[in-house]
Amino acid sequence: MSDAVALARRRQAVHGWLLLTPALVMLTTFAFYPTVATVWTSLFSRGTRRRPSEFVGLENFERLFADPTFWQVVQNNLIYAGVTIPASIVIALVMALWANARLPAQSFIRGAYFTPTVLPMIAAGNLWLFFYTPGFGIFDQIGGFFGAPSVNWLGQPETALLAICLVTIWKEAGFFMIFYLAALQTIPPDLKEAADIEGASRWDYTWRVVLPLLMPTTLFILVNAMINAVKLIDHLFILTKGGPSDASKLILYYIWENAFAFFDAPAAAAMTLLVLGVLALVAALQFFVIDRRTHYR
Amino acid sequence: MSTSILHRFEAALALLLAVMWISPLLFALWAAFHAATDAMNFNLSAAWTLENFRTVWAGAPWLQYAFNTVLLVTSVLIGQFILTTLAGFAFAQTQFRGRDTLFILVLMQLFILPEVLIVENYAVAAQLGLLDSILGIGAPYMASAFGIFLMRQAFKSVPKELDEAARVEGCGLLGVLWRVYVPAARPTYLAYALVSVSTHWNNFLWPLIVTNTVDTRPLTVGLSIFGAPENGVDISVISAATILSIAPLVVLFLVFQRKFVQAFLTAGIK
Repeated sequence: MSDAVALARRRQAVHGWLLLTPALVMLTTFAFYPTVATVWTSLFSRGTRRRPSEFVGLENFERLFADPTFWQVVQNNLIYAGVTIPASIVIALVMALWANARLPAQSFIRGAYFTPTVLPMIAAGNLWLFFYTPGFGIFDQIGGFFGAPSVNWLGQPETALLAICLVTIWKEAGFFMIFYLAALQTIPPDLKEAADIEGASRWDYTWRVVLPLLMPTTLFILVNAMINAVKLIDHLFILTKGGPSDASKLILYYIWENAFAFFDAPAAAAMTLLVLGVLALVAALQFFVIDRRTHYR
Repeated sequence: MSTSILHRFEAALALLLAVMWISPLLFALWAAFHAATDAMNFNLSAAWTLENFRTVWAGAPWLQYAFNTVLLVTSVLIGQFILTTLAGFAFAQTQFRGRDTLFILVLMQLFILPEVLIVENYAVAAQLGLLDSILGIGAPYMASAFGIFLMRQAFKSVPKELDEAARVEGCGLLGVLWRVYVPAARPTYLAYALVSVSTHWNNFLWPLIVTNTVDTRPLTVGLSIFGAPENGVDISVISAATILSIAPLVVLFLVFQRKFVQAFLTAGIK
C-alpha cells in the first residue's frame, strides 16, 4: 500500500517538473541567465578589436561613479519618482472617488480617466507635443492669453523633466484609479449609513473610514508606481531624448544609450545591476511588508 | 441646500477633469483633420481635410507595421497561454518537493523586468539568432511570472470534484487540464488576453532594440521613426499618424470598455 502511495507521489513530482519545464527554460533564458550575465559583464572591460575584454573588478563601477552624467541621471530619476508616484496616486484616488460617486455622465467620466491607459507611451509623447510646442502649443496659447511670454517647455532644463513627469502622471493615474474603484466597491454601504447616523460629515467619512480601508490598495499601487518610475521612459524618445544637456534623462534611457548608442556594454551592465538592486528592495517591500497583510489562497 | 450646490460643484469638477484628461486625444483628432496652420491657430472655420492621412499613408509601410504588431501580439499570447497554463497547473495541482521554492523563484521575475535586462537579453537573442524577428521581440515575455501566478490562482479555485470526475472517466493529466481546468478559467484567460494584447501592442523599447528592418518593426517603432524630427513632418501629420496607429486598440477599448476595466482589475488584484 505504501509503495503505491510512494509511486503516486513520484509520478506527481515527475508530472510537476514536466509541466514546469517549458516555462523554466524560458525564464532561465530571458530572466535568470541574463541577470547572472549582467554581473559578469559588469566586471569586464569593454573589448575592442585590438584589446580583448579582460577582468577589471569593480573598475566599471568606479568609472560610473566618476561620471557626472550618471549622478545627474540618478537625481533626475529620483525627482521623476518623487513627483510622479505621489501625484498619480492622489489623482487616482480623487478620480476613483468621483467615478464611484453618483455623478452625471458617470460612464463618460470613467472612460475618459481610463483611456490614456490603453495608449502606447510613444503615442502619448506625440499627443503631448501639441501642448509643449513653443509659440503654438496649447500651454503657450493659454499663457499668451494671459500675457505670459512663450516658454520652450521641452527645450529648457528647468521645465523639461517636469514636462516628462506630467505625461507619465497622465498615463498612469487612470490605470491606478481602477484599483481604487474596485476597492471602493467592496466597502459595505452600512459603514456609510453608520457614519451618517453618527452625524459624521462626508469629509470625516472619507478621511477616517474610506482612506484607512483603502490602505492595502494604496500599497499595491505604490509598488506598481515605483516600478513604473523605472520603466516608463518611452516618451523620452519622442519628447526630449533626455535633453537639453541631460536635464530630463532617466536611468533606463541612459542604460539604453550606453549599450546601443555608445556601445559601452560594461557601463550599461553596471547600471543595470544597480537598478536590479533597487528593484530587489521594492520586491522585499512587496513580499515582507505588504504580503504579510494580504493572504493568498 | 448647500450640499446640493457642493454636489453640483463636485460634478462639474469631475467632468472638467475628464475633459482635461481626454483633451490630448481631442486636440490630436482636431489637428489630424486640419492643415497644420489652421490646427495651431484653432481656426474653427477652417476646412476639414484628409490630406494629412494621405501624407501619412504614403510616408511609411503602415500595413506592414500593423501586420507585424498583430503577428507579435498573437504569438506572444499563444506562447503565454501555453507556458503559463502548464506552469500554473503544476503550481496549483501537483505536489512535489521544492515546489514552493520554485514558485518564489518564478515570482522574482516580477521584479526582474525584461525592460531592465535589455543589454544581456540582446546578447541572448543574438546568440539564438532571434535578432530582427517577431519571435525575438516576443520570446522574453512568454514565460510571464505574472501570467503563471494568475493561472495558478484561477486553477486553485476549480472544485476538486470536477477534477476527480474527469479522472474517473479516464482522462489523463493533460486531458483533465484541457477538459476541466482550461474551460473553468475562461474569464481569467480573457482578462489576461486583454492585458497582454494592450501591453504588447504598446511596447516600444525592446522592439526598438531588436528590430532593424521594415519586415519586423511593430507600429510603435514605426510611429517613432515616422515622427522623428529629421523627417520634417508637421504636427497635423504626426497627429494623423498617431490616431491611425492607436485607432484599432482605442476602438476595441470603446467597444469592450467594461470588459477592459474588469480585465485590468482581475489581473491586478489576484
